[in-house]
Amino acid sequence: MSVQITNALKESVIVAFVAAVLLVPIVGFVLDDRSLQYELETVAIMVAVVFFGRFAITLGLQARLGDRLGNQAALSLGRGWEALTTSGQRHILIIAPLFIAVLVVIPFMPWASNYLIQIMSLTLIYVMLAMGLNIVVGLAGLLDLGYVAFYAVGAYGYALLAQYLGLTFWWAIPITAGLAALAGCVLGFPVLRMHGDYLAIVTLGFGEIIRILLVNMIDITGGPNGISVPRPSLFGLEFGRSAKQGGVPFHEYFGVNYDSSYRYIYIYLVALAFAVIAILIFKRLREMPIGRAWEALREDEIACKALGINHTTTKLSAFTLGASFGGVGGVLYGAMEGFINPSSFVFLESAIILSIVVLGGMGSILGVIIAAVAITLLPELFREFQQFRMLFFGMAMVFIMIWRPGGLLKVRRRTFAEGVPDASQAPAAVD
Amino acid sequence: MTTIITADNVSIRFGGLLALSEISFEMEEGSITAIIGPNGAGKTTLFNCITGFYRPTSGRIVYHHEARNIELNQLPTYRIARLGVSRTYQNIRLFSDMTALENLLVAQHTKVNHHLLSGIFKTPAFRRSENEAQEQAWYWLNFMGLGEVANQEAGNLPYGLQRRLEVARAMATQPRLVCLDEPAAGLNQQETEGLNEMILRLKKEHRMSILLIEHHMGVVMNISDQVVVLDHGEVISRGTPTEVQKDPAVIKAYLGEEDDEVVMEQTGTQ
Repeated sequence: MSVQITNALKESVIVAFVAAVLLVPIVGFVLDDRSLQYELETVAIMVAVVFFGRFAITLGLQARLGDRLGNQAALSLGRGWEALTTSGQRHILIIAPLFIAVLVVIPFMPWASNYLIQIMSLTLIYVMLAMGLNIVVGLAGLLDLGYVAFYAVGAYGYALLAQYLGLTFWWAIPITAGLAALAGCVLGFPVLRMHGDYLAIVTLGFGEIIRILLVNMIDITGGPNGISVPRPSLFGLEFGRSAKQGGVPFHEYFGVNYDSSYRYIYIYLVALAFAVIAILIFKRLREMPIGRAWEALREDEIACKALGINHTTTKLSAFTLGASFGGVGGVLYGAMEGFINPSSFVFLESAIILSIVVLGGMGSILGVIIAAVAITLLPELFREFQQFRMLFFGMAMVFIMIWRPGGLLKVRRRTFAEGVPDASQAPAAVD
Repeated sequence: MTTIITADNVSIRFGGLLALSEISFEMEEGSITAIIGPNGAGKTTLFNCITGFYRPTSGRIVYHHEARNIELNQLPTYRIARLGVSRTYQNIRLFSDMTALENLLVAQHTKVNHHLLSGIFKTPAFRRSENEAQEQAWYWLNFMGLGEVANQEAGNLPYGLQRRLEVARAMATQPRLVCLDEPAAGLNQQETEGLNEMILRLKKEHRMSILLIEHHMGVVMNISDQVVVLDHGEVISRGTPTEVQKDPAVIKAYLGEEDDEVVMEQTGTQ
């Protein structure tokens, strides 16, 4: 390949321009108390660095050595990733329980702070939500931009059931799962005939309707002020310092000193259990007739009808089941936070869950778990960069879409061997 | 011999266009009926009426099933499919991201145990039903010569194999009547012959009733028991291949009026 300087120059100018557009508002204007300061020199320096950097990289890649090095690096990276995931899948039966065991032990470590436990619980809740949305978007191919609605139904369902009917956490879980499923069904009916963009718009609207309802039904939900959510109890044992009338707090019953972390550990373990159950159910669903029908519906609706599949009930079942995962996730979230308000259920939340599914690889399990961990943990790790969070988020999206358009892990199809029906289970695994 | 399907004065109108006009024919169980006609004659429209994608404006399509006469024009597509009418498409409609075998498993959706809980807990009954479905899928894959590519994604298969996979998928639904919409379109001579053989085997070994839209005259004349010729939405001729071949109306529809001898030659051997 010959060296093309004009091309390199053109590219560098474009990149520098983009950098300038981004950097002027972010770095160029600094709000210092009440005065606005301009730091345009810094911007100029950064743009120059970007310009020359890009120029050098382009030229370097054009040169033979650079080209070869670049290819080599990309190849070996890809191979390493491939090898890692393949071997991971082969030994999934050992790795997964081990991993779960580690997760169970972590909160009991002396270095595990309440903060850490809460972040991990949140991550597990996101894993669960992502599994639910994975049914709707990943398997059935129905682009749902209002998934947060079901999450809200779950959280508010628990809060309201507890407040008005005095239901406890463990009762609330199945009931809110049912309520969320009902909401999924209600959303499903009008959108049965819609596809792609139109479906996305309607589901987006549905998400907003739920949120606006929560904001405006002040008499019932407390409106923007939010509502407090009771903490879950363990067989009637409460985790507060002192129990409600007639109750015995957890620490007194077991004769240990009061520690606020018990409460967090408990929620964390419950969330872990539900996340694992959600993953197992999703994995089973994918191999079941209903999961196959969802995928077939995503691929070709007309062909499905002509094979005797009732597309109405199949689509509705995807919405319903997906929604019920969201409902349970909502209950866990409410129980963990102890207080919820409508601002926890904005569109951004839907977007985050959707991007977990898309980045992780639609229909995949391991990919979605990794993406859920990355998307919930990274913002916490880089709290100093909070104002740039969306910028990094966007960058990560762009890069993933360029390098792995199918998501982190593309779903590997199940393979079957003739005459040995159960041998097909081995490589199916979690991908 | 019993009749499996009767079309009785079927008409369908799209706005001002009369796409099918009083189509009538009947078909014996276990026979092959070919529907031929120039482009735009309404062949695929007729298929869409039979399989419930379109609803005829007037007329009836009666399917004779288990001593009952069922009017297909009253039923939604998926119900018709469950009664044992299955089809393929002119432009392939496979589930392209799924493997060949999975395509056939989907086709058995109505036959397998799809109870949600028994699937989640993998009960013995569920396993049995899945195993049977897999066996059935392997049978049809091997029948159509697709055993080697069972675990490949349907969308990655060569065109000829995709055509065959469509037939295999239609057969996996365990139909009584299968409607093949130009199964040989885009296939070369050799592939077409292979396909003919398979269609004949379907009829002989499985007593399948086959409704076939086809352009290759050679195929039509060799394998069909009955030929229905459509032109401008009307049946212009109906009968055995030899009868139809001699029908002046058919020759006129295909090639205009003059030069009868040349025409016979071409329709016979093309």
